[in-house]
Amino acid sequence: MLNWAFIAEKAPAYVKAAGLTLKLAGAGIALSLVLGLLCALALYYRVPVLRRAVAAYIELSRNTPLLIQLFFLYFGLPKLGVMLSSWTCALIGLTFLGGSYMAEAFRGGLDSVSKAQIEAGLSIGMRSLALARHVALPQAFLVALPGLCANSVFLIKETSIVSIVALPDLMFVARELIGLYYNTVEALGMLVFAYVVILLPVSWAFRSLERRFRYAQLGT
Amino acid sequence: MNQEALPLLQIKGLVKTYGKAPALNGVSLSVGKGDAVVILGPSGCGKSTLLRCINGLERIQSGEIILNGENISNPGARWDLVRQRVGMVFQSYDLFPHMSVLDNVLLGPLKVQKRDKAEARRQAEGLLARVGLLDRKKDYPRQLSGGQKQRVAIVRALCMNPDLMLFDEVTAALDPEMVREVLDVIAGLAEQGMTMLIVTHEMDFAKAIADKAVFIVDGAVEEESDGEVFFRNPRTERARRFLNSFQYESRRPRRKTGAAPSGLTPVPVTRATMG
Amino acid sequence: MLSSGLRVFFEGRNMARLMAGLLVTLKIALISIAICFLAGLLAGLLMTSKRPAVRAAMRVYLESVRIVPVLVWLFLVFFGVTRAWGLNLSGELAAVLVFVFWGTAEMGDIVRGAIQSLPVHQRQSGMALGLTEAQIYRHVVAPQILRRLLPASINLATRMVKTTSLVVFVGVTEVVKTGQQIIEFSNSKNPAAAFWIYGLIFILYFLVCYPISLLSRRLEKVWAY
Repeated sequence: MLNWAFIAEKAPAYVKAAGLTLKLAGAGIALSLVLGLLCALALYYRVPVLRRAVAAYIELSRNTPLLIQLFFLYFGLPKLGVMLSSWTCALIGLTFLGGSYMAEAFRGGLDSVSKAQIEAGLSIGMRSLALARHVALPQAFLVALPGLCANSVFLIKETSIVSIVALPDLMFVARELIGLYYNTVEALGMLVFAYVVILLPVSWAFRSLERRFRYAQLGT
Repeated sequence: MNQEALPLLQIKGLVKTYGKAPALNGVSLSVGKGDAVVILGPSGCGKSTLLRCINGLERIQSGEIILNGENISNPGARWDLVRQRVGMVFQSYDLFPHMSVLDNVLLGPLKVQKRDKAEARRQAEGLLARVGLLDRKKDYPRQLSGGQKQRVAIVRALCMNPDLMLFDEVTAALDPEMVREVLDVIAGLAEQGMTMLIVTHEMDFAKAIADKAVFIVDGAVEEESDGEVFFRNPRTERARRFLNSFQYESRRPRRKTGAAPSGLTPVPVTRATMG
Repeated sequence: MLSSGLRVFFEGRNMARLMAGLLVTLKIALISIAICFLAGLLAGLLMTSKRPAVRAAMRVYLESVRIVPVLVWLFLVFFGVTRAWGLNLSGELAAVLVFVFWGTAEMGDIVRGAIQSLPVHQRQSGMALGLTEAQIYRHVVAPQILRRLLPASINLATRMVKTTSLVVFVGVTEVVKTGQQIIEFSNSKNPAAAFWIYGLIFILYFLVCYPISLLSRRLEKVWAY
């Protein structure tokens, strides 16, 4: 029933596209984590001006679809004279989206660190940087971990729309095959298979990570 | 008490308000080197606030806090430096849950004081041994009982080699059978001449350890006396009533005369009296 | 040149067309949200069922929804079903089907979380007071579950509105598609149209989603205890 010859012939294209999807997701997650942490710290330390900007960014990012953000970056911005490559657009879009989600997760973690813990750190003479590094962040990270993992899975899935800025990811290949050859069932079957192969191990790995780090269920 | 030497800690006219409500209303106090000072008073009187002010955890409105002749309450004070000389132990232990016992104790010496690792570790292990917890050094706080956690918290503060220790109701959150092990550690420190301010509700302990007692009511010092004097014969009426509030009178009906004085009255005797 | 591009909004019936497109988007979102909120209540009950087989089946459902991107689901239904069974689905119908399939699983998980987060002793104190099962449900369980439910489900509604932007992939003439048509039409005379049109759509989505997010956060604060 299925056209196995077609599947065998096109499989390498999917493998290559999966590589791009993974590379983009990996870079996007890493940048989102950095941006999210910086934003969360700006909110946590109530840095004047910056915290307002961060709050506005989070609202803007969380209340607009990635698709529209990408359209704007890829088709809109060149009219301002800003030409970005497909890859740059996708990475900026993914980071713009992911940064706010990661920021919220980190902030939830930081808020969960009790005032008493901070005072205990202060009472042995720690200053705010050391306090953040050795006391607040390690504990915040453990609380934020499930959220960070969920956001990472979410970002991997969100990469599925970057084909609209002409990046040859998994979705792009599937769309092309459907358009060219009409082997829709095979093309879509391989697409689903590819996402399951990527996301199933990732979500299992995250789950075991969360289990391992649950030790700090917290007894001070 | 060292009367002739300069006091280690001097507090003059300390005022601390929360909004409009005064918490401390002009507290003055001096603590000589090697003194164990017990701070007493009804709850909400400002005892804990006083300790928190000395460690810079609360901002004060006016007054002076002078440690070793240095005014630490002026706006430019480097509290991180002051706190290395003033150790504090809290009611709720507040160990760092993500670190082992030894790492909890070493965090300050290594990251704040930047001391040599081997030397700090030797001291930490020595102190843990003294409170009987050396074999638990690799455990995490959640594996310890309340009393053990509090002993670790004391070691964490001691390992900074402070000039002064502040104990803020350190046994208030403990189960009764664990109170003793913590108080014994504090008493041992007092014997070795550590200067300390202790807020506590354990009257027998306070009586046993106090070189000086400070009685605070409504944010002001009502009485400051020698420990022995205060507990035997307080000068103020309020202190007398406060101390009396810890005495219980028996509410059981008195036995009839002729009954044995012990509570374990043998039944046959009663029956015999009834005839 | 850029600001002169603004005229794209005022030419012909462009603005009216964009708004009509937005209505199509909102219609798909609203229908999906309404259905999956109701279906989600049922799914949530099934997820907390006493029968392990039911729970396992629901688990597979939820995981399969979560592991495959919504856009892929949309392609599966729109192109795959059409091709495999020769059914002809309209883009709108395919979109609503997929969003309901996805939203019901997510809503079910929210309901499950709310039910399970209710401490056992809440029920037990109800029993200790001598309330009947129905009274316990009416006065103790339902009000608390509703409060735990609402902020998260409103949040889900925002996510669903955002996700409707994907229907442009299956040929529905909604706000994005309308925008693209306008851009294409005016590209030769007004090259800056893309900037303005996509900028406007960006703002339109924000204007729809932001109030919903605010409401969710408001409820979360008011009902936190």
